[in-house]
Amino acid sequence: MDIFYFIFQLALASLIPLALVAFGALFAERSGVINIAMEGIMLMGGFVGAAMMLTLEGLDVPAQWIVLIAMFTGAVVGVVYSLLHAFASINMKSDQIISATALNLFAPAFAIFMARTYGAEGTRQINLGQSYKIAEVPFLSDIPIIGPMFFEQAFISTYIGAVIFIVSYIVLYKTRFGLRLRACGENPSAADSVGINIYLMRYAGVMISGALAGLGGVIFVVSFANNFNSTVNGFGFLAIAVLIFGQWKPSRILLAASFFGLMRVISSAYDAIPVLNTLGIPREIYSIIPYIATLLVLAFVSKKSVAPRAAGQPYDAGKR
Amino acid sequence: MKKFFQAKKYSEQELVVSASASVLAIVFGLLFGFVFMLIVSPGEALRGFSYILVGGLNDGLLSIGSMITFATPLLFTGLAVAFAYRTGLFNIGASGQLMIGAFAAVAVGVPQWWTYPDGVRTLIDNPFLQLGAFHWVAAILAAFIAGGLWGFIPGALKAWFNVNEVVASIMLNYVAMFVNSLLINRYLLNTLTAKAFNVAESATIPKMGLDRLLTDGIRSTQANGSFFIAILAIVVIHIILNKTVFGYELKAVGFNREAARYAGMNSRRNIILSMSISGALAGLGGASLFLLTGRNLDPVQVILTQGFDGIAIALLGLGSPIGVGLAGLFFSSLKVGGQYLQILSFRIEIIDIIISVIIYLAALSLVLRIIITTFFKRMEEK
Repeated sequence: MDIFYFIFQLALASLIPLALVAFGALFAERSGVINIAMEGIMLMGGFVGAAMMLTLEGLDVPAQWIVLIAMFTGAVVGVVYSLLHAFASINMKSDQIISATALNLFAPAFAIFMARTYGAEGTRQINLGQSYKIAEVPFLSDIPIIGPMFFEQAFISTYIGAVIFIVSYIVLYKTRFGLRLRACGENPSAADSVGINIYLMRYAGVMISGALAGLGGVIFVVSFANNFNSTVNGFGFLAIAVLIFGQWKPSRILLAASFFGLMRVISSAYDAIPVLNTLGIPREIYSIIPYIATLLVLAFVSKKSVAPRAAGQPYDAGKR
Repeated sequence: MKKFFQAKKYSEQELVVSASASVLAIVFGLLFGFVFMLIVSPGEALRGFSYILVGGLNDGLLSIGSMITFATPLLFTGLAVAFAYRTGLFNIGASGQLMIGAFAAVAVGVPQWWTYPDGVRTLIDNPFLQLGAFHWVAAILAAFIAGGLWGFIPGALKAWFNVNEVVASIMLNYVAMFVNSLLINRYLLNTLTAKAFNVAESATIPKMGLDRLLTDGIRSTQANGSFFIAILAIVVIHIILNKTVFGYELKAVGFNREAARYAGMNSRRNIILSMSISGALAGLGGASLFLLTGRNLDPVQVILTQGFDGIAIALLGLGSPIGVGLAGLFFSSLKVGGQYLQILSFRIEIIDIIISVIIYLAALSLVLRIIITTFFKRMEEK
C-alpha cells in the first residue's frame, strides 16, 4: 500500500502544474492566440520565483509563506512576459509561432545569464536552502486512505494550484467574461459585431495564460527539484501536448494530465515499483509513451479539428 | 535612390524591404545587447561589445576556423527550416531530426558496437569499417536517410491525417531525445567516458585543406569538409526552389494547398517530400556535428539546440538558401565573439539574449517594414 501512496503523491504533484499550464494555454487558444511560449514563460516564472524564495529564506520568512509569495511573483512575471507575445500577435499581427519561439529562446538565455552573473555560486543553478514539503497536514492526514493519498508528503503549491484550476474553469465556462473570451477564438467577427473588444479579450486570454504558466513554473521548482536549474524540462511543451490530448476540453485536459503525470512518475521512479521493475522495459520507453500517445490522438482527431476555429489568426476588423 | 520604387520590379522592392527589415532587426537587437551590457557592467560594455561585433575575426584565421566549425551544423538546420518554411511548413523539429541523424552517423562511424547475444554484453566489430575510404561517406548518408525518415513522420501525419506539423515536430523532438539516449546507452556507450565511442579515423569527415588554410602555424582549425557540403547543399536547394518545376510545385502547395491540388499537383506527396528533405538536411547537420574527433554523442537527455538556432537563421535569412548562408555565418560570428566575452565579466548567454531579441523583432517585421517603406518614400520625395 505504501508504494501506491508514494506513486499517487508523486503523480498528484505532476498532475496539478501540468493541468494548470495546459489550462493556461487553453485560455490563450480560446481567445484566438496560439501560445507555444508556455515553456519560456514557465521558465521565467520559475526563475524569478526561485530568486524570490532564496531572498526570502535569508529574511526568516515562514516556509509556507515563502511558497505563497513566490507563486504570486511567478504569476506576475508570467503576465508581464506574456505581454510581449500578446503585443506581437495581437497588435502587430506577427507570426505567433515565431514570436513565441523568440520568447522560448530568450527565457533560458536570460535565466542562465542572470544566475551565472549574480548567483552566489556562479553556476546556472539557484539552490534553495530548505525543502517545502509538508510531511502531514494536521487532522486531514488522519483520514484513512484519503489522508495519505492527498494530505501527506504534499506541497501547499499543489493545493493552491488545484484551487486555481477550479477557479479558472469557472471563469472560462461559467461567466460572461469567459463566454466572450471563447467567442473571440471561435468567430471574432461575430463577437466584434456585438460590441466585444476583440483586442482586449485576446490580451486577457494571453495574460491569463502567462499567469498560469508563471505559476506553473514556481510549482515546478517547489515540487520537483528544490532548486532551479535554468530549465523546466520541457514541461511547458508537455502541457501543450496535454491540451491537445485533452482536445481543448477541461475535463479531458484533467484526464490527460493525470495520464501524463502517471507516466512521468513511472519513468522516474519505476525502479521502486514492483512488477514494473521486473519487466525489464527501459525507463525511456515510459518517458516516450505520452508523446507517442499525443501523436496518435492527433492523428485520429485532426481530420475534423476541434481547436478553436480562429486560433492563430490575427484579427483584422477590415476583413469583416 | 531617387527613382527607387519606379525603377525596380515589385519582387525586387519586396526583397529590399524585407532585407532591410532583417538588418534593422539585427541593429536593434545588437543595441539591446549593448544596453544590457551597460547595465550589467558599464566599464567593460564597450570592449565587450566590440568583441561581439568583430566576432569571427577576433583572432585571425583561427577564429574564422572556429566560426566555420560552429556555422556548419547551423547552416544545415537553417537550410532545413528555411526549405520547409518556403513550402508552407514550419519545421520546429530540426533538433530531433539532427539528433537522429547524428545517432545514425555515429552508429555507422564507430569501430565497435555492443551486442547482446543470449543476454551477454559483447563487443563486435562494425561491418561498415570495411568500406575503408568511403566509410565517412556512408556515415553521412546514414545521417541523411535517418534525418529524412524522422522528418517523414510529421510530413506524413500532416499529409494524411492533417496533423499540425508544429505540434507533431515538438513531440518528435522529445521522442528523438529519449530514443537517442536509449540507443546510445545500449549500443554505443563507452563505459569509461559515459559517452558514445569515438568515431573511427576512417569515418571522420576529411578536412579538405581547411586545416592547412586556416592555421596560425601552430594550431589549426577543427573545421572540415562538411562546410563545403553545407555550401553545396545551399546551392542545390537554391536551384531546386528557384529553377525547377519540383520546387515550384512545392512552393505552390505551401502557398495554397487547395489551389495547387486544383491545378493538378499532388499536394500530399509534396508535403511529405518537403518535410523529408527538410529532415534529411537537418540530419546532415547531425553528421557534421559528430563525425570528428573531440566531440562525442552524449546519452544525456537534452535536446540539442542547433535545430532551434536553425529557426533563427532561417528567419533572419528570409527563408532563402543564400540568406541562410549569410545569416548562419553572422550568427556564428556572434557566437565566436561571445567566447571572447568570457575574458571580461560577461557570460556567453548574452549572445543568445541578443539573438532571441533579433528574432522577436523579426517577428514584428510589420513595424520595421512600415519604418523602411516610409523611409524610402521620403527619400523619393526629396
